[in-house]
Amino acid sequence: MPETAVRPVRIIVAKVGLDGHDRGVKVVARALRDAGYEVIYTGLRQTPEMVVDAALQEDAQVIGLSIHSGAHMTLFPAVVAELKRRKATDITVFGGGIIPDDDIVALKKQGVAEIFTPGTPLQTIVEWLKKRFPEGA
Amino acid sequence: MKVRARDSKQAWKEDFEASAARDDGIETSTISGVPLKPLYTGDDLPRREEELPGQFPYTRGIHTSGYRGRLWTMRQFSGFATAEETNRRYKYLLANGQTGLSVAFDMPTLMGQDSDAPTSRGEIGHCGVAIDSLADMETLFDGIPLGDITTSMTINSPAAILLCMYIAVAEKQGVSASGLGGTLQNDILKEFIAQKEFIFPPAPSMRLVVDSIEYCAKEVPKWNTISISGYHIREAGSTAAQELAFTLADGMAYVDACLERGMHIDDFASRLSFFFDAHIDFFEEIAKFRAARRIWARWMKERYGAQQERSWKLRFHTQTAGVSLTAQQPELNIARTAIEALAAVLGGTQSLHTNAMDEVLALPTDKAARLALRTQQLLAYETGVANTIDPLGGSYFVEALTDEMERQAEVYFKRIEELGGVIPAIEASFFQKEIADAAFRYQQELEQKRRLMVGVNEFTVNDEPPIEILRIDPKLESEQVARVREVRKKRDQARCSNALSRLKKAAAGTDNLMPYILEAVRAYATEGEIMQSMIDVFGTYTEQAVV
Amino acid sequence: MRDLEQELRHAQKTPGVVGFTGAPGSGKSTLVDALVHLLRKQDLSVAVLATDPNSPYTGGAILGDRIRMQRHALDPKVFIRSMGARGHLGGLSLASREAIRLLGAFGFDQVVVETVGVGQSELEVAAVADTTVVVLTPNQGDGVQMIKAGILEIADVFVVNKADIEGHMRVVTELRTMLSLAAPRSLGGEPRAWKPPIITTVASREEGIGELWAAVLEHRRHLESSGLGRRLHEQRLKDETAEVAAELARERVRRALDEDPGLAARLFDERTPYNTAEEILDRKPG
Repeated sequence: MPETAVRPVRIIVAKVGLDGHDRGVKVVARALRDAGYEVIYTGLRQTPEMVVDAALQEDAQVIGLSIHSGAHMTLFPAVVAELKRRKATDITVFGGGIIPDDDIVALKKQGVAEIFTPGTPLQTIVEWLKKRFPEGA
Repeated sequence: MKVRARDSKQAWKEDFEASAARDDGIETSTISGVPLKPLYTGDDLPRREEELPGQFPYTRGIHTSGYRGRLWTMRQFSGFATAEETNRRYKYLLANGQTGLSVAFDMPTLMGQDSDAPTSRGEIGHCGVAIDSLADMETLFDGIPLGDITTSMTINSPAAILLCMYIAVAEKQGVSASGLGGTLQNDILKEFIAQKEFIFPPAPSMRLVVDSIEYCAKEVPKWNTISISGYHIREAGSTAAQELAFTLADGMAYVDACLERGMHIDDFASRLSFFFDAHIDFFEEIAKFRAARRIWARWMKERYGAQQERSWKLRFHTQTAGVSLTAQQPELNIARTAIEALAAVLGGTQSLHTNAMDEVLALPTDKAARLALRTQQLLAYETGVANTIDPLGGSYFVEALTDEMERQAEVYFKRIEELGGVIPAIEASFFQKEIADAAFRYQQELEQKRRLMVGVNEFTVNDEPPIEILRIDPKLESEQVARVREVRKKRDQARCSNALSRLKKAAAGTDNLMPYILEAVRAYATEGEIMQSMIDVFGTYTEQAVV
Repeated sequence: MRDLEQELRHAQKTPGVVGFTGAPGSGKSTLVDALVHLLRKQDLSVAVLATDPNSPYTGGAILGDRIRMQRHALDPKVFIRSMGARGHLGGLSLASREAIRLLGAFGFDQVVVETVGVGQSELEVAAVADTTVVVLTPNQGDGVQMIKAGILEIADVFVVNKADIEGHMRVVTELRTMLSLAAPRSLGGEPRAWKPPIITTVASREEGIGELWAAVLEHRRHLESSGLGRRLHEQRLKDETAEVAAELARERVRRALDEDPGLAARLFDERTPYNTAEEILDRKPG
C-alpha cells in the first residue's frame, strides 16, 4: 500500500466535565486546522471514557482538553488513567484553561504533557505540537 | 500677502491627511471592528430632537435624576465552596459596604445536579457555592434578613428551583414573597447561544421561564424575573453589536412567549431586566448601553404597544469583562476593571460588578474581592462622574457611535426575523457561528499584533512571582456529599415523593410549575431530584455544535 | 499492507456498505446518526466512515461528523472513524477502501460511508458503496437544477431531508420529473433496471428513517437477484487495483525525480513529461 504523503497528525479536542465555555477550544481547533492537523472536536460534557474511546476509534495521536471550571485536578488525571486502562499511553495529552501554576506542575508529573493558560498565543501551541511531531503522524 | 482663508474643518482635514500617521500597525477600529474616524464634529451629531434623561426613548438614562437620585448598586458576584463559607463572605462584603447580594453557584448546581452525582466529582464548590437542597439555602442566608436586602441569583436551567428555595427560606424568616426583591438570571436562550448550561430542550425551557415570570407577576411582584444577558454572549467572543442585538432579540423572544401565554405586556415587562458586559473598548461600550435603552424603549412602545412608562425602561446590571483580564502581570487587571467600570457608569448602569484582579487564575481572595469593591467606591465618591447625568450626551463621537450601534443591531434583528425568530436561529446555529467567527477573527488580530493585550502579546515580563490565589479545600467536597445524603435521610419521605410525583404530572400538563416546585423544595427534595422529575418528562438537549 | 491483504482474504463477513453523499448542510450526519440509532435498535453493529475535506493549502481539517453522533459514544457496537479526504477532492482517500474491508473483517454488520458532496465525490462514493444515497434539501439554491450531471446515474436512493421546510415538495417533484425524462444509465452504459425511490425525511426528528432503510435493503435485494452486485464488486476490485497501481507509479516517479538530479535536469531542459514518465516506469523498481 503506497504511503500517501506525510499523514496529518490527528487531534481530539474536547471539553471534559460540566463546564460549557467553548470559546477557547473552538479557536484552538480552527488554529490547529490551519496549521495542518486533522482535528476532531467531540463537544461538551465529555467524560474521560468518552474522550479516550474517541481517540482510539479515531487513531488520534493527541488529546487536547479544555477545562475552565476548576475541576482540572480530577479530570486530567482521570483521562490519563483511562488511557492507561485502555493501554494507549502513547497518546499525548495536553490542555488549556484556568489552571494555576502549581497545579500545572502537579499535572505534568501525572502525565499531562503541557498546559496552556489563557493568553497563550495560538502559534505557541502549534509550535509545541510541531516539535513533538516533526514528521507528522 | 493674502492667504486664502480655508474653512476650518476643511483645513483640519487637509492638515490631518498631510500629517504622519502612527506606524505601529494597531487597528484604529473598535475592538468589535467598527471603523472610527479620527475626529467627530458637529456634522456627525445626529439630527434629532434633544433627548433627556427619564424621557422616552431614555437614551440618556431611565431616571430623571440619574445617579444624583440614587447611585448604582454595588453588587459583587460571589460564592464558593459551601453555603457556610459563602455566608461568611456575604457578611464580610455587606459589612464593607456592598449594597446587594449576588450568588454564584457551583457547576453541579448550575447544571441541576446533586453533589453526590457521579459527574459532580471534582466540580464541587470551585466556581460558586454548592446548593443541593433547601437546607443549604438556609445556611447560605443564615443571619441575613431577606426582607432588607436584594439578592441576585445567577442560575439558568434550574433557576425556578433556586427561586423557590429563596422564597422558602424567606418564609422561614417570616418574610412573605410579596416583600422580596432581587433578580434571577433565568435566561435560557443565551445558554443555547453561548454559555451552554442548558438541560431541557428549548420549548420546555421557555415554558419554565414563562411560568416563573407569570408566577412572580402575582406572588413576587418586586422580583426581577429574568436578567436577559449579553455578558456571556460577549465573553464567548461576540462583537459589541452582536451582544446588543442578540440580547435584545432574546428579550423580545421572552416577551413574545409571555404574550402567547396570555399575559398582558404591562403586567410583566417592567420586571424584565438585562445584563451586559463592560469590555475594554471604552467608548463603544458607552454607546452600546445608550443604544440598548433607546432600542428597547422603541420596541416596547411601538411594536408591543406597552402603555406604561415603566415597561419601556431598560434596566441593566453590568459586569466588567472577564475575557479582558490577563494572567500575566495581573495587577494590571485592576486598571482594566476600573476603566471598564467607568464605561458602565458613564453608560448609566443600574448595578455593577467589578472583577477582582486574580479571577483569571481562580476565585478571588478576600483582598482582591475587597479591592474590586473599592474600585466602585472610588468611582462613585472620588471621581465626580456621578454628579451629572449622562455626561457624554451631546458628544459628537458618542452620539454618532450610539446611532451606529443601533443601526447594526437593527440589521441583526432583520436577519433573525428572516430565520424565523430566535429559537429557529439557535437551531440553525446562526448565533453560535457568528460568535465563533468573531472570536477567531479577534484571536487572529491578537496573533498579528494588530490589537494588543498588554503583558500578553506585548510588554511582557518573564518569571513573574506567583500571586496568592484562593484554593478550595478538597475536603469540602466530601463534606458536601455527606450533607446532601443526610438531608435525604432525614426528610419526610412521603411528603417529598408525593411532591415530586405531582410535579412530574404537572410537567406533563400545562399548569404553571412554580407552586409544584415550591412544594417539592419545602419537602427537602434535592435540586437533582426536582430536575430529574422534569427531565423524565421534557428530555434533555444536545446541541448541534459548530466550530 | 500486502500481507494484511492476504490475511483478510479469508475474512468472514462482507458487510453491506451504504454510502451517503450530498451538499454540505444537507443534514447527512444527522441522517446517518438517526440511521445508526435505527440499526442499533435492531441490535446490528455499525461502523461509520465519515469524510470531510482537508484544506488544500494547509492539509488540515476539522472533522465534524463524530460530534453529530454523540449519543452513540461508548456504544461498543458503534464505531466511528472520521477521515480527511486528503487530496481526493471531496471524496474518499484510498485508505477508506481498505478501511471498509477491515471493518468487515472485524465483524461489523453494516458499514455507512459518508462524504461531502463536492467535486466528484458522488462517483467516489458509488465506487465504494453497494447502495448510494444522495441527500438533497429544499434550500439548495436553485433547487434541483443544482444537481450535477452524474447524480442521476449514481443515486440508488434519493433522500429529500428537512422535509419540514417549505419547498421540499418542489424538490421532490422536480426530481421525479428529471428521473422520468432522463432514463438513467448505469456506469456500464446499459439502461438501469432499478428505479431510485425518493424518500422524504426529517432527520432531526428521526422521521422517514425506517423508509430509507427499507429502500436500501430493497436495493440490496435487487443487486443480489440481478447479479449486478457481483459484477459491480468485480469492477470495483479492478478499479481499485488500477488506482493502487496509479498511486504506486506516482510515488515511484516522484521519488525518481527527487533522487536523480540528472533525470530531473533533463526533464526541465527537454520538457518531456511523457518520455520521462515512461523511462522511469521502465526502470526496475527499487
